[in-house]
Amino acid sequence: MKCKLNRLLAVLLIATVAGCSTTGDKQDGSVSIEDRGTAADGGAMASGAAGGSSFSSYSLDDPNSSLSQRVIYFEYDSAEITMDGQDLLVQHAGYLVANPDVHITLEGNTDERGSREYNIALGDRRALSVQRILELNGVAPEQITVVSYGEEKPAAEGNSDAAWRLNRRVELLY
Amino acid sequence: MNNYYRLMIFVLLLVSGTARAALTIEITQGVEGATPIAVVPFGWNGNTAAAPENIAAIITADLNRSGRFESLPDHDLIAHPTEGAQVQFQNWRMVKVDDLVIGKVTETADGNFTVQFELYDVYGGKQLTSAVYPTSRADLRRVSHHISDVIYEKLTGLRGAFNTQIAYVTTSGTPNNKTYTLLVADSDGYNPQTILTSDQPLMSPSWSPDGRQIAYVSFENKLAEIYIQEVTTGSRRKLAAFKGINGAPSWSPDGRQLALTLSRDGNPEIYVMDVANGALRRLTNGAAIDTEPVWTPDSQSIIFTSDRGGSAQLYRIPARGGKAARLTFDGKYNAGADISPDGRKIAMVHGNGGNYRIAVLDLDSGLQRVLTDGPLDESPSFSPNGSMIIYATRAGNREVLSAVSVDGRFRQRLSLQAGNVREPVWSPFGK
Repeated sequence: MKCKLNRLLAVLLIATVAGCSTTGDKQDGSVSIEDRGTAADGGAMASGAAGGSSFSSYSLDDPNSSLSQRVIYFEYDSAEITMDGQDLLVQHAGYLVANPDVHITLEGNTDERGSREYNIALGDRRALSVQRILELNGVAPEQITVVSYGEEKPAAEGNSDAAWRLNRRVELLY
Repeated sequence: MNNYYRLMIFVLLLVSGTARAALTIEITQGVEGATPIAVVPFGWNGNTAAAPENIAAIITADLNRSGRFESLPDHDLIAHPTEGAQVQFQNWRMVKVDDLVIGKVTETADGNFTVQFELYDVYGGKQLTSAVYPTSRADLRRVSHHISDVIYEKLTGLRGAFNTQIAYVTTSGTPNNKTYTLLVADSDGYNPQTILTSDQPLMSPSWSPDGRQIAYVSFENKLAEIYIQEVTTGSRRKLAAFKGINGAPSWSPDGRQLALTLSRDGNPEIYVMDVANGALRRLTNGAAIDTEPVWTPDSQSIIFTSDRGGSAQLYRIPARGGKAARLTFDGKYNAGADISPDGRKIAMVHGNGGNYRIAVLDLDSGLQRVLTDGPLDESPSFSPNGSMIIYATRAGNREVLSAVSVDGRFRQRLSLQAGNVREPVWSPFGK
């Protein structure tokens, strides 16, 4: 519980820092958020809150922008968002706050293990975790739609750890 | 910008659609001590070379599929009587069958048929039952399954469940271009009828207690919505489309209410909806996941999955509302319950050591037993006579169905020629 609170504080802190730095800094590509790939395995990466201290690209289409990263990955049977995921969500929140007419759909997904309707609930919980962080960072609830597909829409087929890791995810769809 | 809402969605309703690839059944684990029985090919009296359906073959497959009987192979049949006067009991005693089924099919002047059958006790040398069924061409398979039911009940004392159906979901295509189909087939996999096709997920089919309607979840509008559809006409209506989850529909035993999962108040909770007027009653309330409600046959309780204790387990709550009591304690993951028709057993998905298998909790003894051996088994559904459980499993990377006897001794696999099949639900008894 304490751990969760700390992360929340970190997220809020990032939001504040990010909000300040953008005002004077319009230079494109000044921040490089490392490409964490599609198989970001939660928990292990220790990049701190200060690492993602600003964003300046408002282009959703820029492949160098962190906004091109639109998948948050999760541990098994967990809806907890890793530090990496929180960093990324702060970037997206910044974009959505700056563009209040932009709408986003959060699609919650799980791996195939366990019963299907339980997985719908778990996917929903994951999407709500993402929604909460976006809203804590100023995104209006009206900008967000949440839908859970549970295990029904796997990103990767096959019953391997590698496929399961890719399937435990929330997709941010603009 | 909201392209997702502009996407065309094609939902094709095919009422009594053309037959697709049938499920094929393969018995994967037999039983020692099944009752030996002989089913003689039925006599034929009609205008064509052979009867339109091989009635004896249908009955033989049914009886073998139950795990309770082992039919004498055709080439071991020592005689081919079609009526009682032709039966020589001593010959059938020599090939060591306990029971004998004979019969004949007659084409009538109007192009319909009469099916007659007789069941004999070989050692007692006496007729146990007989019947005559006037029928149409289209109903010949149904009549055959009905005869299997009569034989099964006469010899085991239990009602047969051969003249029933299963509903299931198939998927085909690639991850980005998938087709989801909801089908209804006879319990032996024949006569599959598509009742809904969508390019978005379909899930959680649930038969109404009279077998006339199926409730299901469809994502055809890119959101979870619950529909109820008449099986024969295809007419349907949207029952629940609240914000968030609309899932896990389950009919009350009287067919007037539907238990379901909604997250419209922010968290997945169990509700009961009046099917006629849509009035909602909320049963659970908490930060945990509560889902997968199923009614007990006495209508008094609802059993559901909750992770309120830290991981998914089954709980029981009074259907009128009240305090939930935990039912499962064996293992870290027990979810997706189905209740036996007599209300005394609960089948579930049991997760243990990385494997997900079908387990049955006996409510009288409190003992929980794992029945299957797959790594990813799910969606258990009792046959309406409580003797078998059909469930979804894997064969390699393919999704197939299996059925297992409630004692775990007998197992069979039902698979499609191509594509995946999942979420089997056994229908109630026919009327």
